Amino acid sequence: MFNLTKRTNQSKIHTLLLQLGAIVAALVAAGIVMWAMGYNPFVIYTKIVEGSVMVSENAKKGGVPYRLLQTINKAIPLVILSLGVSVAYKMKFWNIGAEGQFYIGALFAAYVAFNFKQLPPYILLPFMFLSAFIGGGLWGFIPAVLKNRFNASESLTTLMMNYIAIGIVTYLQLGPWRDPEAKGFGRMPYFTENAILPKVFGIHIGFIIALILAVIIFVLLKKTKLGYEIAVIGENETTAKYAGINTAKVLFITLFISGGICGIAGMIQASGIEKTLTDQISGGLGFTAIITAWLAKLSAPIILVVSFLFAMLLQGGAYLQVSMQIPAAISEVIQGIILFFVLGSEFFIQYKIVFSSKIKEAK
Amino acid sequence: MKKVFTLLLVLTLVFTTLVGCKKEDGTDKPGTTSDNKGIAKEDLLIGFLYVGPIGDQGYSYAHDLGRLDLEAAGYKTKYVENVPETADCEKSIRDLIDQGCNVIIATSFGHMDWTYNVSLEYPDVKFFHCSGYQTGDNMSAFFGRMYQIRFLSGIAAGLKTETNKIGYVAAMPLAEVVRGANAFALGVQSVNPDATVEVKWTNSWYDPAAEKAAAVELLNSGADVLAQHCDTTGPQIAAEEKGAFAVGYNANTFDVAPGAFLTAPLWNWGVYYLAQMQQIVDGTWEASNYWGSMDTGIVSLADLTNNCAPGTKEAIEAAYNAIAAGEYDVFDGPLTNNEGIEMVPEGSTMSDADLLAMVWFVDGIIGSVPKSN
Repeated sequence: MFNLTKRTNQSKIHTLLLQLGAIVAALVAAGIVMWAMGYNPFVIYTKIVEGSVMVSENAKKGGVPYRLLQTINKAIPLVILSLGVSVAYKMKFWNIGAEGQFYIGALFAAYVAFNFKQLPPYILLPFMFLSAFIGGGLWGFIPAVLKNRFNASESLTTLMMNYIAIGIVTYLQLGPWRDPEAKGFGRMPYFTENAILPKVFGIHIGFIIALILAVIIFVLLKKTKLGYEIAVIGENETTAKYAGINTAKVLFITLFISGGICGIAGMIQASGIEKTLTDQISGGLGFTAIITAWLAKLSAPIILVVSFLFAMLLQGGAYLQVSMQIPAAISEVIQGIILFFVLGSEFFIQYKIVFSSKIKEAK
Repeated sequence: MKKVFTLLLVLTLVFTTLVGCKKEDGTDKPGTTSDNKGIAKEDLLIGFLYVGPIGDQGYSYAHDLGRLDLEAAGYKTKYVENVPETADCEKSIRDLIDQGCNVIIATSFGHMDWTYNVSLEYPDVKFFHCSGYQTGDNMSAFFGRMYQIRFLSGIAAGLKTETNKIGYVAAMPLAEVVRGANAFALGVQSVNPDATVEVKWTNSWYDPAAEKAAAVELLNSGADVLAQHCDTTGPQIAAEEKGAFAVGYNANTFDVAPGAFLTAPLWNWGVYYLAQMQQIVDGTWEASNYWGSMDTGIVSLADLTNNCAPGTKEAIEAAYNAIAAGEYDVFDGPLTNNEGIEMVPEGSTMSDADLLAMVWFVDGIIGSVPKSN
């Protein structure tokens, strides 16, 4: 019937049209679903924006307006996680393990928060920060070693290690680290005040860390030797070897950095939002970040923009649920449709469909 | 190229923002009246938080029936489903306040600390938390003495079992759940002293797969009657599939497992909600800690089905009357724990404080309450 062939010359206009078409198609398709469910799609889209950035009177508390604050709170971990995975993706190492690295980072930070309570915040917080980086880094390092030594598929090992990480947190939460004050409820103690990130403009300072990390990653990938080596390995590992790059060493360092950054996201979420560690703390952000990193084409500045837009979608979805009493499942369906189309367009940018009649002609 | 794409995305959203700006937010503001003055019914907006989906045919469903009672009485309500017992709970409460809610009702134990935190920030909003112990100037705690009904449901299970092995699928090792399992076991023993009750924990309020798996495990080890303290019908379905019997929880779910369902302890939250909202309207509301007995109607037992053993109805009625008349309390001594140590001596009964902190199983229960350090 038809064949798929890789496009050789991608015209810019063509790519642009496809991407534009994808967004329009996504909005239309999601709109049809909403309409079928009895909701006016225009109202829903308006509400998503209204619920994610607009000022409201009721929940006013000073600082950044409430809804925008919630969007930013969601964007912070997304930005950091996207930056983390993009480092690995740049060298075509498919790190699906951001979720696990996030948890282990948060776990290391929580260990420090629970055991060094007496330290002042300006020592304790950097200590937690560093521990989270090391924890997440180790969790990213293990699949790198497995890949290097046994050629184990990293998309499988990193994925599986997510479940191990969450399992460890669950075990500690219900077992050894359970808060004895919680009257049998399965949670860890809350962090003490000195282990909680301070706030600027009413937002925890994770947003500053996220911005700084974006700059660091941008510089790392664009301006440093390591960044260059990562890019070369990503393009062609054989070439990299011939060029004298120590690919194993670069692999280990890159994955340590990638996992470490995801670990930092975990620490920030535990300290800034949750004020403790739970086995539900990520809410799947480690997987969402894979999408945002891709949509941003692994570019640090664009990650900031895409993560924010995505956070708007998440917060807008939550707002829809509360304001219009739309079941949670429906706002998730809408998110899924938009993703499906936007990611699907990537495929058609890379490939074109050739129908069988044309194939015969070509022969 | 990607930049153009991103720019377009931004433009689309900015455009929608501008369109959105024209719309006025038509929601109510939180009540500005003080606690001593009533708030008109139409000025109340009551926000509910559920730990599971309202379609769970269990705990969240039962609370939602209470919410619908309020709607039927002319109150305006909103709800959020699937609210985890994490910082997301705090966010959901704020989302509801952002929508103009001036009454917040959080329904799961783990919502307690988050509810309390937000209650301190919004003195004009009235907060209710179900199944916990924390109260404040504008925050009430409420619950029902479900253990009385669990005792009655234990009678149905004790008369039904032939293997004398009863399984109990339990969510979390909180005092509430431990107390419920104990009351159930005491109910079983009141009619069948030889029967044992084996408890398995799922560590989640709502987990269809884990609840069913725990039930299957109990059935495989010989149990022929199950009971549950968790929010899905998983254990009842497992019992139906294995030809065993089950005591449900929260809602009358006979239709889910018509061949297995014996009865179920039920919550009737509407009774409490209607009374509390009336107090707010009248201006007589004060934060309180409420623990209603079965005679208030907040807890009840579902109609017994034909799956029950003969004589069940009479036995339960007798026990109900004895408890209602105050002749008998579920936790009258002597009671020993399942390690053989006497916990409540003959002639005394457990105080409410002891019941709210119960972390040991009565004799006849197989299983243990996990120690926290």
